[in-house]
Amino acid sequence: MADSHIIPDNVKLTETHEYLRIDDDDRARVGISHFAAEQLGDIVFIELPEVGQRIEKGDTFGSIESVKAASDLYMPVSAEVVAVNTQLTEEPELINDNSYGDGWMIEISLSNPDEVNELMTPAQYSQIAQ
Amino acid sequence: MTAKVLETPIFEKSNPGARGVSLPVFGLDSTGLNRISDFLPEGLTRKNLSRLPELAQLDTIRHYVRLSQLNHCIDTGFYPLGSCTMKFNPKVCDLYGQLDGFTQLHPLTPESLSQGALEVMYRLQQYLADVSGFDRVTLQPAAGAQGELVGMMMVKAYFKKHQQPERTQVLIPDAAHGTNPASAAMCGFEVIELKSNREGGVDLDELKQKLSPKTAALMLTNPNTLGLFERDILEITRLVHDAGGLMYYDGANLNAVMGQAKPALMGFDVMHINTHKTFATPHGGGGPGSGPVAVNNKLAPFLPKPYADFDGSQYFLNNDLPDSIGKVKAFWGNFEMMARAFTYISAYGSEGLARVSQDAVLNANYLKEKLKTMYHVPYDLTCKHEFVMTSQRQKVTDPHINTMAIVKRLMDFGIHPPTVYFPLIVAECIMIEPTDTESKETLDRFIEVMSEIDRECRETPDVILNAPHTTPIGKVDEVAAARNPDLNYFSAAKAD
Repeated sequence: MADSHIIPDNVKLTETHEYLRIDDDDRARVGISHFAAEQLGDIVFIELPEVGQRIEKGDTFGSIESVKAASDLYMPVSAEVVAVNTQLTEEPELINDNSYGDGWMIEISLSNPDEVNELMTPAQYSQIAQ
Repeated sequence: MTAKVLETPIFEKSNPGARGVSLPVFGLDSTGLNRISDFLPEGLTRKNLSRLPELAQLDTIRHYVRLSQLNHCIDTGFYPLGSCTMKFNPKVCDLYGQLDGFTQLHPLTPESLSQGALEVMYRLQQYLADVSGFDRVTLQPAAGAQGELVGMMMVKAYFKKHQQPERTQVLIPDAAHGTNPASAAMCGFEVIELKSNREGGVDLDELKQKLSPKTAALMLTNPNTLGLFERDILEITRLVHDAGGLMYYDGANLNAVMGQAKPALMGFDVMHINTHKTFATPHGGGGPGSGPVAVNNKLAPFLPKPYADFDGSQYFLNNDLPDSIGKVKAFWGNFEMMARAFTYISAYGSEGLARVSQDAVLNANYLKEKLKTMYHVPYDLTCKHEFVMTSQRQKVTDPHINTMAIVKRLMDFGIHPPTVYFPLIVAECIMIEPTDTESKETLDRFIEVMSEIDRECRETPDVILNAPHTTPIGKVDEVAAARNPDLNYFSAAKAD
């Protein structure tokens, strides 16, 4: 996808390259930035949490493996997992193709919406991701 | 010479009825028992014949020899992976490590009849204690990774004995070997990652921030995975000890410091030694391996038992360690590997070992200085036994050129690709470790080849992108292999 590197406006990011895409007041989707996916290279495996799990900000919610490296995934905010993108198990390449869209990993219900303000804007993130 | 023709699987060479050896017809006529089923209960006999290949002896030999010729091996070509995989094993270690007295010895032979072997173990413990500066050594672990686990189990046992169950965290730098967090986690510790500073070392502020009454240990490789010596090592070990934690030394890079700096004197409490990285043994992954662990007196009570000991007249296996974490390997460890390591150290002597490390460091710095004119070296400091560079400059001419493409091209020149994409903190990382055993002529040829590859990146990028060209299998689809692994030959054969 030609525009897959463009960070949508409703996305906030972390230093560890996870994003939070806010679609609703207290619901959001989490994934990794296009930049991170590009750095990892072809992704071959992903491990995600169970629906219903509560995870604190900064704790790991899963792991990701590419042909180059394996890496932990960190929660950008404290939240409860309400849905998991099961399609990624069969097609992890969706993360490479369109990380902010079909490549989302988990849908969450935020425990503390104020935490969103601590995350980076796309412009701030672009400073570190180059 | 590497074979150029791919070898078909042995199952496809099978000729039903063919035999490698002629055996007498089975049967014990005098008793009337003639079939396996006459001896064994029904539940233990096969219903269908196993699908073993049937070949003549010579065809079997040729198959496996041809397969072996498909391998890259250090006896035929350079591999800049260095000690990471396995350092060159001097042939004298094959000779003395395989003496009949060693290979034919049963592990349960009485101590009075195995004094020589016990002496080898005892003296090897002392040699390794001397190289590392530690007080005591166990030779039991069967590989570096097991040694690491054993080391961390002793850390756990130490805090249990000293009634500090709250010490549950282990600090590990982001550039560490992956086994470090794995070993800590296997022992039930929580792993806390430390970000590296700009020079690739431990960031003291970050360390101070993460140290707490929960800290059990800091695991560190020194020199680190970038090949750089931690300049603040004394300050690091002091900070951790002041916080009540222990210092674990990942001995993976010991080849760089023998006879120059002892981990115990840097302030470490425990370390494992990967004998394949220096002391002429196979890698634990291929095996048989060996991963001795050295400790100071704080941790000595928790060593695995038994260990080799000497009472002034007799060598014996000492089981008198009431706080021991127990036995970690069947019998006494992989003894043949101990015989090889003992031979290596005896052959070199302490001055020789110091020279080994000096040569390893000299060779790495020689390559770094020559290659940095062509390739980007992110940490351009005096390195120890290895250094990292990247493909950043080569990528500029064609965006598809990356580290993987460049190192695949090395295979066409008879050189094995080095470690790549590690440590993770360096993008498009190429890690070079020549080791002490490579001659200047070999290093110069490697520089020439890397120069040629650099030229090709600019002038004929397709040659790089489609490499390797001369191997029986060219570029493999690693993504498909990882996403859809097909690991069962027979399931594929069935589908046909």
